[in-house]
Amino acid sequence: MSFLADVVHFLTTSAHWWGTEGILHRSQDHLLMSAAALVTAMVIALPLGLVLGHTGRGGFVAINLSNLGRAVPSFAIIVLMASIVGIGAEPAYVALVALAVPPMVTNAYTAIRGVDDEVKESATGMGLTGLQVLRRVEVPMGLPLIMAGVRTSGVQVVATATLAALVGWGGLGRYIVDGIATRNFVSVFVGALLVAALSLATEAGLAALQRAVVPRGLVVAPEID
Amino acid sequence: MRRSRIGVVGAMVAAGALLLAACGSSGNNASGGDTSTTAKAATTASAGSCASFKGTDSLTVGSTNFSEQEIVAELYSQCLSAAGFKVTKKFKLGAREAVLPALQNGDISLYPDYVGSLLTFLKGSPTNDSTATLAALKTALTAKGVDVLKPAAAEDKNGFAVTKATATKYNLAKLSDLAAVSKNLVFGGPPECDTRPLCAIGLKATYGITFKELKKLDVGGPLTKDALEGGQIDVGLILTSDGAIAARGFVLLQDDKSLQPPENLIPVVRTAADKGDVAALLDSISAKLTTADLSAMNKKVDIDKADPSAVATTWLQDNGFIKK
Repeated sequence: MSFLADVVHFLTTSAHWWGTEGILHRSQDHLLMSAAALVTAMVIALPLGLVLGHTGRGGFVAINLSNLGRAVPSFAIIVLMASIVGIGAEPAYVALVALAVPPMVTNAYTAIRGVDDEVKESATGMGLTGLQVLRRVEVPMGLPLIMAGVRTSGVQVVATATLAALVGWGGLGRYIVDGIATRNFVSVFVGALLVAALSLATEAGLAALQRAVVPRGLVVAPEID
Repeated sequence: MRRSRIGVVGAMVAAGALLLAACGSSGNNASGGDTSTTAKAATTASAGSCASFKGTDSLTVGSTNFSEQEIVAELYSQCLSAAGFKVTKKFKLGAREAVLPALQNGDISLYPDYVGSLLTFLKGSPTNDSTATLAALKTALTAKGVDVLKPAAAEDKNGFAVTKATATKYNLAKLSDLAAVSKNLVFGGPPECDTRPLCAIGLKATYGITFKELKKLDVGGPLTKDALEGGQIDVGLILTSDGAIAARGFVLLQDDKSLQPPENLIPVVRTAADKGDVAALLDSISAKLTTADLSAMNKKVDIDKADPSAVATTWLQDNGFIKK
């Protein structure tokens, strides 16, 4: 019980919220890093997944490579990158982009492949070019699944950005890494709590984005055989 | 289940082999008297070798999280194994905040530490009087059920280093020189630095040094050294026994106001585990371990990428603790 009281005390002490070592500044760093990594990963992953899904070529190789990428621990990438590009934001950024790409490629690919062949044939029959089929038919119909990939990546990135503190960068991971070093478990707990809260907020924000971009007709996916 | 059973059998086979080895070597040296094992250790020709000590207790050797700690913990572990103790290694447990409680509650039996830093951590004030410092350390630890043995000559202090270029640019040779320019410099040290009297707190109180930024990296490890060499930090906490100082051309700033107390390596042992020959064996290692040895072994591990276990074995062989 006294532990929880300490946690509450930590969170209600205003000095812990302000300044460059405060919760607000570190949350902001954490979010900026996560957003930068997520946007970069979207730029890399989504076109790749869409094109592979549309052409149906090279999908097997891409999906397996991408799954392989998922299996490489972010921790290893961060430490390796730190020894190549040095300490700070860069190694964490690279590791987070690498973490975010695979789910988005896989989901985008699966989303486009999953669009009903009859719908695609009809579109082609109506005289739409390949690019038009992708833009006007496949992407809108695949959007729920594509966005699911973005949400998965987003939550993982926010949770994993914690590791940046291992290589001398800030963010909410500082509470955890510094807390472990000094055996201050209140700090570790507060850090974990804040990261979890930020992850959930990210999930909620991306879900709202999904509702905004998915066409109304697709919101309730028709499950008719 | 299967794995653990195999593990148990493996441990028994290993322990049996060690016992046989220990019996074999003591058989060679025994003069056939009724001398007790401790007396034998003191009188036979192989006195001082690990096998001249005896013990069968289970001991868990721990260490904190930098390579020198692992090397010294290996020295202790290998010698204890050679004497017949059943040794489990639990290295890289974290900083002192994690290791000392593990020792108190029996998760580990012993680990190497440094006199001054340990006493400072226990809220004591180490001085250059090593007898008084050691006495204070013993007193502070007794209540915790922990004992310290004899310190080694080998020392390893917190050092503060810059590159040659930085030293030339700001004309730095000692820590006092740093005070005037530190506001423009970025410092890299371990995450616990800003709560430590021998790190950030002491630098400010003793020298008036405050940095532009304090980057939290590792305990004079690869991150700090790479960042220092790469110019991402201007000043780094580097341990004074680090072989990289000479190899990478760092300039260690002289601690001209003696912020750092004597930091001799010392075995810290749980009182409950300090039985039989444990203390005599560890004291015999401490008696031969010098700062030069420490630097040389650190260089082999950190720069030549040798295995800490192999480096420890070589030192034990070279100093007559185990046979080649």
